[in-house]
Amino acid sequence: MIRIKQIHKSYVTGQNSLHVLKGIDLDIAAGEMVSIMGASGSGKSTLLNILGILDDYDSGEYHLNGLLVNRLSERKAAQLRNRMVGFVFQSFNLVSFKNAMENVALPLYYQNVPRKKRNLIAMEYLERMGLAEWAHHLPNELSGGQKQRVAIARALIGNPKVILADEPTGALDSKTSLEVMDLLQEINATGITLIIVTHEHDIALRTKKTIRITDGNITEIIMNN
Amino acid sequence: MFDLDRWQEIYHVLSKNKVRTFLTAFGVFWGIFMLVIMLGSGKGLQHGVTQNFGDMATNSVFIWTQQTSLPYKGFPRGRGYNFENEDAVALAHSIPEIKYLAPRIQAGGFMQTNNVIRGLKSGIFNIMGDYPAFNKIDPLNFISGRFIDDLDIREKRKVAVVGTRVVELLFNKEEKPINQYIQIQGVYFKIIGVFRSKRTGEQADQENQNIYMPFTTLQRTYNYGNAIGFFSITSQDDIPVSVVEEKAIRLLKQRHSIAPADESAVGHFNLQKEFDQMQGLFFGIRLLVWIVGTGTLLAGVIGVSNIMLVVVKERTKEIGIQRALGAVPRVIITQIMTESIVLTTFAGYFGLVVGVGLLELINYLLGSTGANTEMFVHPGIDFSVAVTALTILVVAGAVAGLIPAYRAISIKPIDALRYE
Repeated sequence: MIRIKQIHKSYVTGQNSLHVLKGIDLDIAAGEMVSIMGASGSGKSTLLNILGILDDYDSGEYHLNGLLVNRLSERKAAQLRNRMVGFVFQSFNLVSFKNAMENVALPLYYQNVPRKKRNLIAMEYLERMGLAEWAHHLPNELSGGQKQRVAIARALIGNPKVILADEPTGALDSKTSLEVMDLLQEINATGITLIIVTHEHDIALRTKKTIRITDGNITEIIMNN
Repeated sequence: MFDLDRWQEIYHVLSKNKVRTFLTAFGVFWGIFMLVIMLGSGKGLQHGVTQNFGDMATNSVFIWTQQTSLPYKGFPRGRGYNFENEDAVALAHSIPEIKYLAPRIQAGGFMQTNNVIRGLKSGIFNIMGDYPAFNKIDPLNFISGRFIDDLDIREKRKVAVVGTRVVELLFNKEEKPINQYIQIQGVYFKIIGVFRSKRTGEQADQENQNIYMPFTTLQRTYNYGNAIGFFSITSQDDIPVSVVEEKAIRLLKQRHSIAPADESAVGHFNLQKEFDQMQGLFFGIRLLVWIVGTGTLLAGVIGVSNIMLVVVKERTKEIGIQRALGAVPRVIITQIMTESIVLTTFAGYFGLVVGVGLLELINYLLGSTGANTEMFVHPGIDFSVAVTALTILVVAGAVAGLIPAYRAISIKPIDALRYE
């Protein structure tokens, strides 16, 4: 599903160049559940952004579902993100003036699915998340766990191949964290590839494989049982 | 296609900071409001001034006699002369560019004694001898009856056309003047028509005191021989009246043995020239109004552009989320430009409506109070101008949204997402 070869990425600010990714090689098969761990500044977020086509890389190759992703136009990138990737963020990133249902339906809006149809589909996903009765609430009327479940529903609605989760439990208490992880595991069980960036060990332990990044290099790949 | 989500977003953006939106909208509102008021007032001024011309054909010239200023062919300078009936025939024959030729002769009126009598009533009025063509050059507004016709001229009928003021002074209110007789300088005339001037103010009062009779009748009745007072001439529609003016003066000089170089022997007044100058003045006023008005409008639009930049900055993260979820740049650009267009168009339309409303109110007040508004009549703007202004607004709104829209997508989605 994901094949990365010798990916390099530097950030240039004025005179200084910060070499963040120093030749990453990584293969993630379809249906895998992988966690990426590393200290802050290790490059794990940068890697996730490249995987999510939110950021470019300088050299190397990135194949997503057999497609070479390199220097796409912003239009192409947006369309690819819309069809292939679902995002779950630490801070949920729901659109504040849209209710839960509309937030979930947003990726379909960008696919020009008619409003009635996409809201119907969004309701199905909210029901799966157990949030049907919260469908017409605005994000600021929801709890953290509820928000993250809305965000997960939103990540799922476009039938993505990959879900990228950046610290999905970072803003949640431990009980809700567990619930969210259960949910993510369920989703992975349906065959969707799942990549989680985290710095919490117990979260990483619940994935099948943990990739540790240190200073822009993969230093360790641990198989969890 | 109506897109509810788009309008929801527009509403959200514009209503989030209502005071700011209102102030921004006010800039555009004021720009278009000022433009409408200034254009409308200019129009009112123009209407007022051009109404003083009545319906007079603007391509007309008036020619009269003065004293010669150069000796010529044995004649001394300072000689007076009269135009004659033969001059009219010669002009009509040798200048094909003439459309209407109306010789006129005037009798009395300026002598300050009562020259028109009916029973016990009397008054001082201007007496004109005219040809039917005169009503084509400077049309009157007939309340009843008709103007002089060719038969009146041929038969030298003793008929008269009188203004409303004449009727007021010589008749009781309930009397019908048509077919009644009045005595003009000792001779009885039958009234065949009553008119009201198409001019306004003092000029109208003046004209309403006129009495017109057939040219030939006046010449014969009051012993003017074959003299003509002055010529009113209009040119054919596609020919400038100055051509006719020049040819007519040359011919008249020739016929009356006046030196070709004599500038003052033949008096003449070219209405077209006067009218063109006036039109030029109004064009200048309009130009100035557009420059000032669009300047004000531009300031308003720049305000909108500025605010849209601020909005884009505030919404950086939100736009980042939308782009992460698959919003292509076109969606974002359209969204921001629509917001800008909605804001400008709505505010501008409001300004247009209020401006036109105010002009209508002024119009109504001018009419209902009967104020003496010789110089200011029917302020208003053309429908086409209103449409132009609205088009400008939509375009300006789009342009105002352009820079912010491109600013929004120039940020990489990942930077937009990280933006706090």
